[in-house]
Amino acid sequence: MPPMTFAEKALARAAGLPATVAGQIVDARPDIALSHDNTAAIARTFYSLGIKKVKHPERLAITLDHAVPAPTTQHAQNHAEVRQFVLEQGVQHAFEVGRGICHQVLSEEAIVLPGETILGADSHTTHFGWLGAFGAGVGRSEMAAIWATDELWLRVPETLKFQLVGDWPAGVTAKDLCLRIIGDLGADGGLYYSIEFAGPALMALSLESRMVIPNMMAEFGAKNSYLPPDQAVFDYLAPKARHPYTPLYPDAGATYAETYTYDVSQLEPLVALPHRVDKVVPVSQVRGTRVQQAFIGTCTNGRLEDLAAAAEVMKGRQVAAGTRLLIIPASSEVLKAAIQQGYIQTFLEAGATIGTPGCGPCMGNHMGVPAPGEVTISSANRNFQGRMGTRDAELYLASPAVVAASAVTGYITNPAELEK
Amino acid sequence: MKFSGRTWKYGDNVNTDVIFPGKYTYTVTDKREMAKHALEDLDAGFAKAVQPGDIIVAGTNWGNGSSREQAVTCLRQAGVTAIVAKSIGRIYFRNAVNDALLPIVCPAAVDAIEHGEVISIDLAEHTVTCAAGTFSFPPLSPSVMAIIDAGGLLEMLRKRLAAEAQG
Repeated sequence: MPPMTFAEKALARAAGLPATVAGQIVDARPDIALSHDNTAAIARTFYSLGIKKVKHPERLAITLDHAVPAPTTQHAQNHAEVRQFVLEQGVQHAFEVGRGICHQVLSEEAIVLPGETILGADSHTTHFGWLGAFGAGVGRSEMAAIWATDELWLRVPETLKFQLVGDWPAGVTAKDLCLRIIGDLGADGGLYYSIEFAGPALMALSLESRMVIPNMMAEFGAKNSYLPPDQAVFDYLAPKARHPYTPLYPDAGATYAETYTYDVSQLEPLVALPHRVDKVVPVSQVRGTRVQQAFIGTCTNGRLEDLAAAAEVMKGRQVAAGTRLLIIPASSEVLKAAIQQGYIQTFLEAGATIGTPGCGPCMGNHMGVPAPGEVTISSANRNFQGRMGTRDAELYLASPAVVAASAVTGYITNPAELEK
Repeated sequence: MKFSGRTWKYGDNVNTDVIFPGKYTYTVTDKREMAKHALEDLDAGFAKAVQPGDIIVAGTNWGNGSSREQAVTCLRQAGVTAIVAKSIGRIYFRNAVNDALLPIVCPAAVDAIEHGEVISIDLAEHTVTCAAGTFSFPPLSPSVMAIIDAGGLLEMLRKRLAAEAQG
């Protein structure tokens, strides 16, 4: 058998084949099929097929997170339809309003395990590469087809490999690395590819920081992304995993379309400018840009270490007049821990406001929609025009510490420049 | 199969948020209503002027971003038959196949086509023809064409389920 990449191995496993090769189209059976507030629309499509029961309801995971708590009657009706579907189909992995963002909650609950495949009706399903799973986003119709048939056609992707070396400078995060890569190679630089990461600088990262990388690879055009699971991942999963699993690793000699080496010691804090994630510059270049709103949250950077980094910046400081700071923890577990650690108190004393765990204003549904002409700096992954619900608003992306420092001064700021 | 249509030409990196804004994703559920918001934040005049049979011509990474299928559905409902692009976001490409909106990757044709001109697409010959010439594109795989020929993934599935019920 020729040496295989991670994607070739994972899709061979999902398709029940001994091997696959990039370019091949397979019928894959996902271990988990993820949907969120869009479950109601998928359910309408599913029932229109004339089917009453999902083939494997135990494989479904459903999270209410995209517009929570419901901002309008229509959103509330949508949630009610999702709850009814959950009851009708006996879906066990179902998570209510306030539990958190799907990718964070499924990671906390260890619903997907190394080597497994998760297909999600959400573009950031690439997230699950952090623990060595194959995660890919799909559309609503195909999710209905998965519910009906337990399988979906997938093309086995070619692979790009990124080798990470060097020591991380203080104040530089996994977010900055991702912005650097996307800035260098373009928002379509990873289009259709599986993106594998490796190297000592990767394994030096905390698990929370690792999660940022495959999450952000959705913005690079990737089909999926993969980080090799190590003992830290196995230890994290040990008390949580519901069944045994077999991690998958790429073979030595596997075929890569391209291999890149990034020395993280050369990185600095970065921002993506409106309205493109690949328009990336050092924070210093946009220093002084006024911001009306600073937002820390999302599946990319709404975890405990993100709030810790923000709290370290905010401690003993105040949000600037004319600027508002919105903090939305990625999950109820993150919120609880942030309360225990005193971060939430720090934020409130600084003049910030706290939102219900969920996606918040990331895709413009509610809880922080900007006014026309306003500038937001955000820890999210996406800054498309109109993304946060307002066409004529500007959106900058950065790490949580840069967002927090910008809230303190009222303009885009590198935290290293704040007065001690 | 051969067909032709009037073109609407756009640039690089047109994302799903400007094709179908996220604020409508849980409130606009009627497909005809989706068509009224097609390209709302990119080209405000499109939804009113688009005609059945029209073709979108785009640069690189058309439809990058969100997995939202409405970004395909709104164009299909508006009568758009094909996207001819330099490259297409991967989930958008899948959604297009599954909704039988023909995704054609043909960079040379995109450079040659003028906004508004009528072009023709020949699926048997894998060519796009415009005033400036005829350009080849790589054929879609047989399994992908089978989905498009069936009218989309759900139509294919309906036929399969009906056959199984009889079988």
